[in-house]
Amino acid sequence: MGSIELVCPAGSPAMLEAAIEAGADSVYCGLRDETNARNFPGLNFDASELTRAVDFAHRKGAKVLVAINTFARAGGEDRWRSSVGAAITAGADAIIAADLAVLAHVRELSPTVRLHLSVQAAANTPEAIRFYVETFGVRRVVVPRVMSAPEIAELIKESPAEIEAFVFGGLCVMTEGRCALSSYVSGQSPNLSGVCSPPEAVSFERTAEGMVSRLAGLALDKTPAGATAGYPTLCKGRFATDGEAAYLFEEPTSLNAMGLLARLRDAGVTAVKIEGRQRGKAYVARVTGAFRKAIDALDRGGSTAPYEHMLTDLAEGGRETEGAYNRRWR
Amino acid sequence: MTLEITLGPLLFNWAAEDIAGFYERMAGEPLVRRIYLGEVVCGKREPLAAATLPEAADRLRDAGKEVVWSTLGLISSPRDRRLLQGVAQQDGPRLLELNDIAALSLLPPGRTFIAGPLLNIYNGSAAQILVDRGCERLCANVELSLAAIGEIHRACPDLEIELFGFGRLPLALSARCHHARQAGLSKDTCRFVCDRDPDGQAVQTLEGASIFSINGIQTLSHGVHTVAASPDDLRAAGVRALRLSPHVCDMSAVIAAYGRYFETGDRGRLLAQLRACDLPGPLVDGYLDGAPGMRLAAAL
Repeated sequence: MGSIELVCPAGSPAMLEAAIEAGADSVYCGLRDETNARNFPGLNFDASELTRAVDFAHRKGAKVLVAINTFARAGGEDRWRSSVGAAITAGADAIIAADLAVLAHVRELSPTVRLHLSVQAAANTPEAIRFYVETFGVRRVVVPRVMSAPEIAELIKESPAEIEAFVFGGLCVMTEGRCALSSYVSGQSPNLSGVCSPPEAVSFERTAEGMVSRLAGLALDKTPAGATAGYPTLCKGRFATDGEAAYLFEEPTSLNAMGLLARLRDAGVTAVKIEGRQRGKAYVARVTGAFRKAIDALDRGGSTAPYEHMLTDLAEGGRETEGAYNRRWR
Repeated sequence: MTLEITLGPLLFNWAAEDIAGFYERMAGEPLVRRIYLGEVVCGKREPLAAATLPEAADRLRDAGKEVVWSTLGLISSPRDRRLLQGVAQQDGPRLLELNDIAALSLLPPGRTFIAGPLLNIYNGSAAQILVDRGCERLCANVELSLAAIGEIHRACPDLEIELFGFGRLPLALSARCHHARQAGLSKDTCRFVCDRDPDGQAVQTLEGASIFSINGIQTLSHGVHTVAASPDDLRAAGVRALRLSPHVCDMSAVIAAYGRYFETGDRGRLLAQLRACDLPGPLVDGYLDGAPGMRLAAAL
């Protein structure tokens, strides 16, 4: 059985180099605009930075996957077309896309460039995958973080494309690409604008009882003084139903599925992905390094156990979960 | 051209007798020509729907209504997949609304369909790809502004466009069930507790602001979305039909209010008449203007 491919985030050229030096097989990144799903200020690449990044990666034997994974704005499709052009010109090893229009445009410009289906397309059945493979020649599908490990194993048996699964970082509670909670409150969402909980709508208010984190003025959580307040996203907020307050959708925890790497590999997962293009160079170096050691240990027939707790302090609120992979909430 | 009124698929887990009574009343609504039926939220509810909806479909067809079968928004289990395969077969219902892209690989070539609001169609190029595969009508994704819908219309002038026009907005789908989680149950043993909330269960912030409502694996808005853009603006953006999403409130009064609005364009009167209908939340209308969806509807 071949080694599992380690795909790491690069929010900047420095982060891309750090990820590759730490052992990433591939890095993924986006252009500096609304065409990618991490459209935060100060992040991402312009066209010439992307070209230099691809050259650097190829010299080091790594691949660059370019995420153009938002849905093109009606009437503004040219911007997505130019991102596709820039990625192909830079020599990207693959383009990650979700929108039918972007997938089609990639194929118009290049019949051969490798296409990966973004998690934003939420393809979680063999039928959905077959549609994208037959229509656009998609070679790999990033599966939603709401699927369990047994479900992924079943999917792989019938999937006509390679499967990539998230193993570390932020966790979407809702099915990716099928969530408009952020735009309902702030006017911007991943599908519409490449951003969830836009920074300009976020505020933190210090009160006598602690820190209140807000989105568009709405209180999403209260954290006691001294504790770390998480970034306010609606799916991880504390809400009341029938007067009782709780993390209604999900506890604010992060995904760490390192302990499941062997299972995912045995199920036939081609690549595993680290989330966090917005998290910086130090983060990506540490997470990549730990996963590199774990995968190398597996390749030698060893165990991932010695590396499984190396990253706990990076998790949101210090809490980690294996997410949906173990389906405890089923 | 007069704007059409359609009735969207019931999103909530109502009792069988309530479903039967509801569609019996809708069969007598002269202003509604097309009615969408089918379980679009939760595959586990499908057997309940299968026991009530075929009869409702017969009743509605007898009353001269056009019945469209809407498919699940999130195909996730082997059972969901089998159901979808059955529906997509040649001998399935004539009019089909697809809400998960998986259905596209199952439809026989040349089979026409309607693209539901839960598909991610955000621009004219994506809509054209569906048109090329047999899409006759698109019910626009609820996040889209009227300006964006107008762009889609310009790119695909022959594609009929329908708007989600009234009701709590379907905002998110998850593999997990929020109702079950809240009741301390798992999804597999949920006991169908979502039936307690026939309009969804209200969700409030820690400061008491009502924001969302939960309905099994679905999260909806708390506010009741209304399309109160002028009928001329709607027509100019290619909108042919407005979809009203069933709620417990007096839907006949809602239908009548929109019927009058299409004739008079009197927005203030529409909002006042809707507010008199015992709605589950305040009227909101931000999305059509590209604003936050929860913006309160104002009389102008």
